[in-house]
Amino acid sequence: MKEALEQEVQRRGLGNEILVIATGCNGFCEKGPILTVHPDGIFYQRLKVEDVPLLVEEHMIKGRPVRRLMYVPPAETTPVPKMADIEFFKHQRLVVLRNRGRIDPEKIDESIAYDGYEALGRALTRMTPEDILSEITASGLRGRGGAGFPTGKKWAAGRKETGTPKYIICNGDEGDPGAFMDRSVLEADPHAVLEGMIIGAKAIGASHGFLYIRNEYPLAIQRMELALRQARDYGLIGMDILGSGFDFEAEIVRGAGAFVSGEETALMASIEGLRAMPRQRPPYPAQKGLWGKPTVINNVETWANVPAIIRRGAGWFASLGTETSKGTKIFSLVGKINNTGLVEVPMGIRLREIVYAIGGGIPGGRDFKAVQIGGPSGGCIPKALLDLPIDYESLKEAGAMMGSGGLIVMDDATCMVDIALYFLRFTMEESCGKCSPCRIGTRQMAEILARIAAGEGTETDLDRLLELAATVRDGSLCGLGQTAPNPVLSTLRYFRDEYRAHIIDKSCPACVCKNLTTFFIEPDKCIGCLLCFKACPVRAIAGERRKVHVIDQAACIKCGACFNICPTKVQAVSKYTGEKGRTLAGPAAAPVQP
Amino acid sequence: MTKLTIHDLAKIRDRTKAMTILREGAGRAKVTVHMGTCGIAAGARAIMDELLADIEKRGLQDVVVTTSGCAGLCNQEPMVTVEIQGRPPVKYVRVTPEVMKTIVADHVVGGTIVSAHALAVGSETMY
Repeated sequence: MKEALEQEVQRRGLGNEILVIATGCNGFCEKGPILTVHPDGIFYQRLKVEDVPLLVEEHMIKGRPVRRLMYVPPAETTPVPKMADIEFFKHQRLVVLRNRGRIDPEKIDESIAYDGYEALGRALTRMTPEDILSEITASGLRGRGGAGFPTGKKWAAGRKETGTPKYIICNGDEGDPGAFMDRSVLEADPHAVLEGMIIGAKAIGASHGFLYIRNEYPLAIQRMELALRQARDYGLIGMDILGSGFDFEAEIVRGAGAFVSGEETALMASIEGLRAMPRQRPPYPAQKGLWGKPTVINNVETWANVPAIIRRGAGWFASLGTETSKGTKIFSLVGKINNTGLVEVPMGIRLREIVYAIGGGIPGGRDFKAVQIGGPSGGCIPKALLDLPIDYESLKEAGAMMGSGGLIVMDDATCMVDIALYFLRFTMEESCGKCSPCRIGTRQMAEILARIAAGEGTETDLDRLLELAATVRDGSLCGLGQTAPNPVLSTLRYFRDEYRAHIIDKSCPACVCKNLTTFFIEPDKCIGCLLCFKACPVRAIAGERRKVHVIDQAACIKCGACFNICPTKVQAVSKYTGEKGRTLAGPAAAPVQP
Repeated sequence: MTKLTIHDLAKIRDRTKAMTILREGAGRAKVTVHMGTCGIAAGARAIMDELLADIEKRGLQDVVVTTSGCAGLCNQEPMVTVEIQGRPPVKYVRVTPEVMKTIVADHVVGGTIVSAHALAVGSETMY
């Protein structure tokens, strides 16, 4: 081979340009003889003497590598796509999550390597508090915790106060079912949150910060503790930060485990060592907050946006998003969706893009029904509003709210009465009990919903629900009570037919509500495999091998085990509701009239 | 530790950046195991153990092992990113200890992407 190559090179008169060198075995014995052309580094394998003239002609003279002879790594025969081509990542715009998966959150130097604390340096040495305030105000940043209050305005209110000391708080008491945005930010990039707080402290004139992180987030707490220690070692918190003369201290407070602790006044009570109960506002925390002192409280994601705004400018930030909602929002995408995870998208993105492009659609070939956005305080957005732009105003108009960013996708097998009941039970259990409309009202509403779900509702129940919803909303001090009726109101608004089906037809169209659903084994489909017979926890199925199985409707607890275990190609177990369901179930399972 | 000045910040940035993007001397390859709560729940610790054991067994001196937070696609955890000097990073999904072993052998040592478990090459675009 070497001789053939040398001869060919000489014959072509390339002796001065091409050097033929013999090396030892490169380890790829089974692919030999092997030849590497430098400087391209192209690797040819299993060469034969006959290949040499072609190789010299094509590659060495014409500069065209001969693909046929090149080494193709065995596993790389299927090409791996680029990150920028993956739908899940393609539509995202990372501002807050820019360091996710990129830095080691336990090493402050890695944060600094990706511009961490650069904005702090600028804010402390080259900007006055007024400069910082006007930058944040101009950026249009609004609170990411749910209500969307303009951050600049809140800071200005804190700045204006003369009382000392002033405090700032980072609200990391994320408690919505299905939401984990704040946890992920705290775990992936704790220094971004801390940096935002120090910048805010300078703007407001605060000397002390608290990070209230729920105790159910041990890793977030651990990483933030480490971040605080490292920042302190570097003098990024403490006295005379970066030689600027500015002093700031920060500490972590572990959440006390109640959902209501995330409400700002309840959270402050909790830091003070009291039971987490909200109080009347005004006075707002900016005037009378922690221990009666001026306090500015922002959510994790809000603080984490601050360094990027200072570093890259308000104009840059405001270029993202819509007229009234600037920047990006992080959502935790969960439920009946193919790609579950954390997504950061520009404000104003259409719901359709989140669900179908980023989320990859609904699994199992089912149909999209609605999303619950904003958790138990939010509402559902139905299919008809898939093109709704996601911003504070549009969501509010649609009867939902931005909330902290939980986005639960529901498919057509979801019963909206059941969903409303689930969320209402959540707020009912988490109500602190201070305001009677919330404490008693949510319970009454839950009881009515349970009655409807059981097929025992009446038409007046719907009016009663609306009336109670108004009372709970208007008669509660804090956000928990004021928004608790939202899941009921929004499902009633978009899925009233489903409520009526439960009440009038005594049927649950999605076959979810147990009292209205009958499981039935189709005799013509059952192959008598005994799978459901064995799966039934209450032995309500009678059957023998190769004989049609039958459910004893009186004993059935509607757990769905038979439905789930029946092989997909058999699908002998059906769910029925309404008239048909009642007929199949016989008189024993018919719903009891109230 | 002495307190930092703005000048020190810039120095740390330049020095660490050179290391994290694998310039000369910092290592030939970097393997990042994504260890947010979601990753750990999906088994990232076992992946990390396997990775460290494998690297020790092979006596690899030029591989940097590090951790990071959730990469976003929680339902495909555990996730691992492998970066070979001079080439774009590769994200692996649904990694098991067995797959980790293959990734070390084929990709970290052999330079060949294990495409059966690779999600994508390259990085996410920052705004």
